[in-house]
Amino acid sequence: MRWLLAKDLLILRRSRLLVAVLVIYPVAIALLIGFALSASPSKPRVAVVDETPPNTTIVLGNTRIGVGQYTDELFSQVQVVRVPTRAAAVVKVNSGDVLAAIIIPDNIVGKISSGVQQAQVEVIYNGDALKQSLVRSAIDSALAQANLALSQQIRAVAVHDINLLLAGGSLGSLGSSQEIVGLSHIAPMLEGVASRTPAGADRTTLKKIAGFAAFAAGNLGIAKNVLTTVSQPIAVKSTLLHGRRTPLDTYAVVVAVSISLMLLSVLLAAGGVALEREENTLARLIRGPLVRREALLVEKVLLAAVCGFVVALAMLIGVSAFVSLEVSRVAVWALALICGALAFGSLGVAIGALAREVRAASLLAFLLVLPLAFLALVPSGSVAGGLYSVIAAISFVFPFKAALQALDAAVNQSTPGLTISIVHVLVVALGFGLLARLGLRRAE
Amino acid sequence: MSEPASLPSGSGTGSDALLCAERLGKRYGSRAALSEVSFSAWPGEMIAVIGPNGAGKTTLLSLLGGVQPPTSGKVVRAGGAVGWAPQQSALYSKLTVSENLRLFARLERVEDPEAAVARMLEQTGLGDRAHERVERLSGGNRQRVNVALALLADPPAILLDEPSSALDPGQRERLWSFVGQRAAQGMCVVFSTHIVTEASRHADRVLVLDQGELLFDGPPADLAAEGGGSDFEAAFVSFLRGRGRS
Repeated sequence: MRWLLAKDLLILRRSRLLVAVLVIYPVAIALLIGFALSASPSKPRVAVVDETPPNTTIVLGNTRIGVGQYTDELFSQVQVVRVPTRAAAVVKVNSGDVLAAIIIPDNIVGKISSGVQQAQVEVIYNGDALKQSLVRSAIDSALAQANLALSQQIRAVAVHDINLLLAGGSLGSLGSSQEIVGLSHIAPMLEGVASRTPAGADRTTLKKIAGFAAFAAGNLGIAKNVLTTVSQPIAVKSTLLHGRRTPLDTYAVVVAVSISLMLLSVLLAAGGVALEREENTLARLIRGPLVRREALLVEKVLLAAVCGFVVALAMLIGVSAFVSLEVSRVAVWALALICGALAFGSLGVAIGALAREVRAASLLAFLLVLPLAFLALVPSGSVAGGLYSVIAAISFVFPFKAALQALDAAVNQSTPGLTISIVHVLVVALGFGLLARLGLRRAE
Repeated sequence: MSEPASLPSGSGTGSDALLCAERLGKRYGSRAALSEVSFSAWPGEMIAVIGPNGAGKTTLLSLLGGVQPPTSGKVVRAGGAVGWAPQQSALYSKLTVSENLRLFARLERVEDPEAAVARMLEQTGLGDRAHERVERLSGGNRQRVNVALALLADPPAILLDEPSSALDPGQRERLWSFVGQRAAQGMCVVFSTHIVTEASRHADRVLVLDQGELLFDGPPADLAAEGGGSDFEAAFVSFLRGRGRS
């Protein structure tokens, strides 16, 4: 086997372009996927036409709210391109310079202040179905955030006024102020007056009014809590059932490294076996007792696994300079990587044994492994139950998901644990090794 | 099924034969590539396997060489492993001539690989190309390396599948001269060829295959006599037509 390994290393050394592509391509793909997973979405460029006069305020009860507070919240969710008119905004949307335009009409203040009319902002957008969907969700989200901010302002004003009604105090109105008595004080005051009033119709009436004042004060107190609940009816409480929280950045690193490991190991192993067929040397090697078929396959798996392992480990160690990873666990990383590399190598030799030439093997490998990677990343609940079961079954019998879980467990100590993932990986490796052995029969 | 025209002493098994095919058969699915082929080969013999395209020549040689197992019958290699040079050269194109020879010498556990490599380079006249990558060699030189690999372990018998197909007339002459010398030293040579005149010139015996059946086993002169015609090629065609084959 050592002579075959030496031969393959010599061939690799003389195929520098191939080796460069085999290393650079998976790393590039992996980094792209990693960035896509970890990067937060950028803010959409949106044209904004603000037709409200500057420093406009909305008067709610005894309080003024600046319209700027609403627009500031809205603008913080998008990349604002200010335009003077609606027509200019339409031109920008049509030209594709901005994804959408938001028109804030000058009557928005009057409608909000009226308390009976719903204020409206206009959204103009363009583009294909996907872009429309993205823009709509981004704008809807921005508007929801702004609406929430405004409703919280309104709630704060309402709570302040209710407190004033309950406790009493200074009621400022258009430059003048007036001291008012709070509802909570009225009942005891009336009780006092009633006790000093001779028994009769007046006393009875005073007591009834005092009872009503006490009832009103009590229920107005509840109204404050109701307002809080209505302004944010549902809050989120998170409970993680298994494992520890994995930051998206470190998970993206694990995914990126796993994809590199898979592409490199699978392509190298598949190409290695297919090359033996393409050069007609397979029949010469496995004829008689020269080289056992199993030994040939093990040699190809080892070569691919070692190459994949070296590149993947270098990636992990390199990335640890930028992303917080526990480098002290490098031995565990190595264990997960080498097991994953062996499984990917086995998948590769199975592909190589079924294909007749290197190009076919490479194409088959690409066609198989990239969808496998994407299927393994489909989260449960994001697709229909039946479809997810099929995806889970496919991911279970191919090595990517198991290798990903093993590396995730090694790097992030996530669940399922390292041991079970490695056992899964090795069983899958054995299965594809057997498939490769059957595939070699085609050479006979 | 047609009966073989004549099965002289080469048919069946022989006690001192190097190579015996006993009722060899090979099927690919429902198609029979070879049916009930039996013959023996002795030291120093040069045996040509001829027949139309798809007759089963390559299949027969690959069964004799152990490249694939027969569906029925068996092959007895009394002298041990036999050398095998496939129709298309089986070489690593990124390796040099000497690296290819050295690799297979080591895999075949030749006692002194370096000496074997030097010997083959000298015998095939490829000494000046020893350090050239195979991918840069001409078809003829590749075929010489291909044959050299089959001879590396100095086997008692060698199987050559269409060895002259990629060669020009001069290279063919050198090949047959080289192979003839090995046969003269006692090596048994079984080769297939499309060029039937090569069979008449270089072979001691001819096996005629058609549709997987062995139709003739005997000296070229006997085939020429049986077929008739102006020359050996015409006799061969006439022989096949006489048995209802085109």
